[in-house]
Amino acid sequence: MGFLQSGLDSLPVLAAMMQFKPPAASSVANSVDQLYLMLTGITIFFSVLIFSIIFYFMLKYRRKTPGESGTATHTPMILELTWTIIPSLICVVLFVWSSSLYVRNGRPPAASTEIFVIGKQWMWHLQHPEGPREINELHVPVGVPVKLTMTSQDVIHDFYIPAFRVKKDVLPGRYSQIWFEPTETGTFHLFCAQYCGTNHSEMIGWVYVMSPTDYTTWLAGGEKTESMAEQGERLFSQFGCGSCHSADATGRAPSLAGIYGKPEKTQNGETRIVDETLIRQAILVPNSVHLPNYQPIMPTYQGQIDEEQMSQLIAYVKSLGSEERMNGK
Amino acid sequence: MSTAIAEIHETPAESGVNYLNVTYGIKSWLLTLDHKRIGLLYLGSITLMFFVGGMAAVLMRLHLVEPQGALFEPETYNKMFSTHGIIMVFFFLVPSIPATLGNFLIPLMIGARDVAFPKLNLMSWYLYITGAAFALFATLSGGVDTGWTFYPPYSSTYSQTHVVVVALGVFIAGFSSILTGLNFIVTIHKMRAPGMTWFRLPLFIWAMYATSLIFVLGTPVIAITLFLLGMERILHVGIFDPAVGGDPLLFQHLFWFYSHPAVYIMILPGMGVISELITAFSRKKIFGYAFVAFSSLSIAIISFIVWGHHMFVTGQSVYAGLVFSVLSFLVAIPSAVKVFNWTATLYKGSISYEAPMLYALGFIGLFTIGGLTGLFLAALATDVHLNGTYFIVAHFHYVMVGGAVMAYMGGLHFWWPKITGRLYPDLWARIAAAIIFIGFNLTFFPQFMLGYMGMPRRYAIYPAEFQVLNVMSSAGASILGVGYIIPLIYFMWSMRYGPPAGPNPWGAKGLEWTTQSPPLTENFETIPIVTEDAYNYASEAAHG
Repeated sequence: MGFLQSGLDSLPVLAAMMQFKPPAASSVANSVDQLYLMLTGITIFFSVLIFSIIFYFMLKYRRKTPGESGTATHTPMILELTWTIIPSLICVVLFVWSSSLYVRNGRPPAASTEIFVIGKQWMWHLQHPEGPREINELHVPVGVPVKLTMTSQDVIHDFYIPAFRVKKDVLPGRYSQIWFEPTETGTFHLFCAQYCGTNHSEMIGWVYVMSPTDYTTWLAGGEKTESMAEQGERLFSQFGCGSCHSADATGRAPSLAGIYGKPEKTQNGETRIVDETLIRQAILVPNSVHLPNYQPIMPTYQGQIDEEQMSQLIAYVKSLGSEERMNGK
Repeated sequence: MSTAIAEIHETPAESGVNYLNVTYGIKSWLLTLDHKRIGLLYLGSITLMFFVGGMAAVLMRLHLVEPQGALFEPETYNKMFSTHGIIMVFFFLVPSIPATLGNFLIPLMIGARDVAFPKLNLMSWYLYITGAAFALFATLSGGVDTGWTFYPPYSSTYSQTHVVVVALGVFIAGFSSILTGLNFIVTIHKMRAPGMTWFRLPLFIWAMYATSLIFVLGTPVIAITLFLLGMERILHVGIFDPAVGGDPLLFQHLFWFYSHPAVYIMILPGMGVISELITAFSRKKIFGYAFVAFSSLSIAIISFIVWGHHMFVTGQSVYAGLVFSVLSFLVAIPSAVKVFNWTATLYKGSISYEAPMLYALGFIGLFTIGGLTGLFLAALATDVHLNGTYFIVAHFHYVMVGGAVMAYMGGLHFWWPKITGRLYPDLWARIAAAIIFIGFNLTFFPQFMLGYMGMPRRYAIYPAEFQVLNVMSSAGASILGVGYIIPLIYFMWSMRYGPPAGPNPWGAKGLEWTTQSPPLTENFETIPIVTEDAYNYASEAAHG
């Protein structure tokens, strides 16, 4: 079958195509590249197959005399079924492959370092759990899974590290998460991949993947700061949260120890896992999610707490013990 | 047989009366109820919009020759790509084939004297013009910088540009789509000539029918969505911006609920045109008529349930992602079936290579690549990496420009002799088709590579490592620009100096070729009675 051969002849093209890819520097990068390679192969194979057939017909059946007409052919059902079913089967295989990869790649390992990210026009603010802050730069150790908990202060942004093959929208008013495990040291692009206004193309930065010892030195090298949880604890008392939410239960509000990651039933009957977005909502619009056994007496903190303080408060609540959701699943 | 038809219509052709010269004066055009003249009004206005949008594209590509940006401030660049997207999608691609060729051809192809509601048809054009005027006014008086997607809260709260004026323009033009769709559906149902059964309809009509369904069902959603956006921007009603209690993803769901089907509004009519061109230039009945016809309808239906694939990285649930992924793979199947049937139509045909056929073959090639690269984006794991990069830009330009615009150009070249009664220089047309094909590939193929390398779209400046591929793309864009200007010149030339075309210069089948060129205002002397299937070329061969 000559057409099949011409499809296979496209393999060198495939090898050439793979020159145009970013470094593969995370634990999932190679698996995404393999799927990409497969898809590219399928694209080239079918394109070459169809083009070859068309060129063959174009030459063989070109009009020889002006008055000539084509010869009627009937439509065999078996042919129609073949070219409906074979592409369908290929699509099923691709769907199963890509979806299982997506589900597997999307689940962060239990013991991930958690870094908070705040996007705003037009820069990235990042804070490590140990306290150091960065702008448009992210220092991470090689070989350690890192989880990013991200929110936006204004419009929708998107956190994209091509070398890690990870990307997620960063939205105002809620938290989204991605994770990655860098597999090689080096410096990699960080892009905003969702158009966010005038200087969108300058909302970029660098990810520095360092050896564990270099990373420890880097962490210790900056100005000595409190950890995020400590900063959160200070805010917790500064805003007077402890007068109700303390562990010695005055009965006015639930204790927050161990509440992170637990399912709670709110007064409108809905059961929600206590995650970052829910804690945020409980602070800003408390009555929308208050628990049925308590009076709706908490005041709103809308406009009094900025995104950075919010992430520190969340880090503090999480430090009070948690049932890590991902463990259960 | 064809000579017999020519003889019948010799008399009116000699008397020289046709829809173009039956009346004169600007008023006779602006108040016309003739579907053919309305088609030409659309042709003029969307051509203007095409060159405005195209100018923006060429300037963008020139700017991107240098990593730091060669021409503009980022602010201006952002307005440039927004203008390009808004004008090309809402004011060129959506109305392109339906409003020009659809308007001109539907009554001619089904053997009717006009569309069902001629006055509504004229009103549709005025609505389109009003919407386009708003968009052009906004562009000239400072522009808009939200992209054609208008994502809030940027568009509703943060952008300082003319968002409301443009949204109003799109809103008004939307009614033009809805009324045109309604008009076509009723026309195709009620006004077919005696004997023109559903399965004798040309496939262009099936495609226009499927497109009209999307017009009527989808367009109200975008109209409502943009209305809500305006409410939030002007009156600060909290709908989309979380700062005032809204949900930004709600906008994206509503927006893509229209805008994904809208992709098929743009490509389905093109597929219809290709079915006509392939059969006419192979002089052969279409392979698998029913499969091609029903694939149009299944595309129209499935297109309404795949919108979530635009939102795989927004944080929608994993389960929603899985469902939208499998449905997006599914929508690829009917398109593949069409490509296979067009290819098989060539088998044992009698193929000639005038300009319209070159566009048709170009369409199949580019649409095949555009369709197959869609699989990368239906697949969740690769979409995560490719979403929001130049890969997306390349993919949809292969479908929208390589597909829809190639088909539009092919259709325009095919029916031009019918529309104007005159021929254009075929050699120049073939040269232009080749230039467009080369320029297109040079512009957009490097963008697939840029995308996988990780270059995000909508970047006014970019890291230097992406420069080589960007320069290639920009070079291609200037070739493409030249390719689109050549047809403009020879089409205008042919209107005055082109040799008379005669009723059927291609020896094609279809009722539109049985009447004189240009047709009478009433289309046919007497309403034809249809006795045979579409594309019945073999019978002619049998008769000698």
